[in-house]
Amino acid sequence: MAKHETPLLDQLETGPWPSFVTDMKREAESRAKNERNIEYQIPQDCCDDLLGVLELSFKHGRTHWKHGGIVGVFGYGGGVIGRYCDQPEMFPGVAHFHTMRVSQPAGKFYTTKYLEDICDLWERRGSGLTNMHGSTGDIIFLGTTTPQLEEVFWELGHNLNQDLGGSGSNLRTPSDCVGAARCEWACYDTQAICHDLTVEYQDELHRPAFPYKFKFKFDGCPNCCVASIARSDLAFVGTWRDDIKIDQEAVKAYVGGELPPNGGAHAGRDWGPFDIQKEVIDLCPTGCMRYEDGKLEINTPECYRCMHCICVMPRALRIGNDLGCSIFAGAKAPILDGAQMGSLIVPFIKVEEPYDEIKETVIEPIWDWWMEEGKNRERLGELMKRQGFQKLLEVTGFKPDPRMIQEPRTNPYIFWKEDEVEGGFDRDINEFRKHHQR
Amino acid sequence: MDQAEAAEKIVTALKKKKGKSKFYFNDLCKILGEKPRPAKKFISKMVIDEILEYWSSGSTTLYSLKGVGKQAAAEHED
Repeated sequence: MAKHETPLLDQLETGPWPSFVTDMKREAESRAKNERNIEYQIPQDCCDDLLGVLELSFKHGRTHWKHGGIVGVFGYGGGVIGRYCDQPEMFPGVAHFHTMRVSQPAGKFYTTKYLEDICDLWERRGSGLTNMHGSTGDIIFLGTTTPQLEEVFWELGHNLNQDLGGSGSNLRTPSDCVGAARCEWACYDTQAICHDLTVEYQDELHRPAFPYKFKFKFDGCPNCCVASIARSDLAFVGTWRDDIKIDQEAVKAYVGGELPPNGGAHAGRDWGPFDIQKEVIDLCPTGCMRYEDGKLEINTPECYRCMHCICVMPRALRIGNDLGCSIFAGAKAPILDGAQMGSLIVPFIKVEEPYDEIKETVIEPIWDWWMEEGKNRERLGELMKRQGFQKLLEVTGFKPDPRMIQEPRTNPYIFWKEDEVEGGFDRDINEFRKHHQR
Repeated sequence: MDQAEAAEKIVTALKKKKGKSKFYFNDLCKILGEKPRPAKKFISKMVIDEILEYWSSGSTTLYSLKGVGKQAAAEHED
């Protein structure tokens, strides 16, 4: 029988979706039975108490968790988030219930053995509750006590070859899409650069010296499966400089109904025959395509890389051969100033090991600027807004480019400086008045 | 500036600040009069030497003298 009555939580389980309450109850029950004779290192009934404190929070309409804490593992300023309950006598099992973040492997490739091992570790030394790749992207271990932190860290490092992830005012665990391993649209090796930057910037990941959080995310193509453009301070989105490769025979096969559009993804009902004009050409956001006399043509300089035509006709259209990425800066979720999407700072850059150009001309100058000029708890996107995009161009040395703005005069940020203008800003007022009345 | 001098500067300055126990990284840079990168070397060493410690809300990390303020500061009780 449950340790605490939870009528409000029980109600949550009645909805149509899988419920975290059910998951927590299942873990509480499993810990109570302990059929595998695990030597639990934190209170066996912690999940019961977690349900209890959550029920109380719903009842009171306010949280019963305190704010933050000093806990961590020695020398690391991230990876552990202190969580203390403010009703420890009522819920002793969650008096300390610290979160740990574990750096996920690039591309989230796991072996089942690895998953079993980390789950076994967390069952024994923590609550057993995990949150795999939530909004932070990394593996979250939910709930353990202070004495277990170093123990978990030691076992992760020594037995599982696994590091903690980022939290606090650190570089957060870099995150990427599955990339070239399984996707034909990957314009660069997302896993390779994600891993390389994770290793290169260990100090930034573990020893906080930034004004606030900082996230890298890597998308292999403009489909943006990781949503890097919306979720990371520096987003790397794969792209190409040359033409989309067209297989005209395959185009004809789509038009003739021999190949299902969208890889058959919408085959669940009859949408009628495929209409290339209506479903591809007319939906091109730049109008850079035409299909005439059985031939498809694309005017590449006008192409936005929206990926729609490629997604609809993957056998006929393929990404180009001159591959690299675009880099966007300043995306963030709404805390101040609302949500922001990333702004294009580098239209195209090759993504080649050892990534020196990306590190030395993009990442590090941006960090140096933000670390010096950023206010406490100010995200890069907010600093860009406060000091201007032009300042970002100055610190990185990139030249202004029409591709950086949506359309003229909607987001102007380029202003002439006096030393850039022949003759400066001074003028002969008498000469001026000869031609212009007062 | 060497490590001992940097530590002395920070400890003296933080001890003077009454009613406040947690500080942003930028506050420590200002005390040292250094840019962030050189300041980070001194500050990280002070954490290893257990003079300073981290406090984290989860989203933001602050620094304090080890053992000072502790959780009470987070609840605005000190």
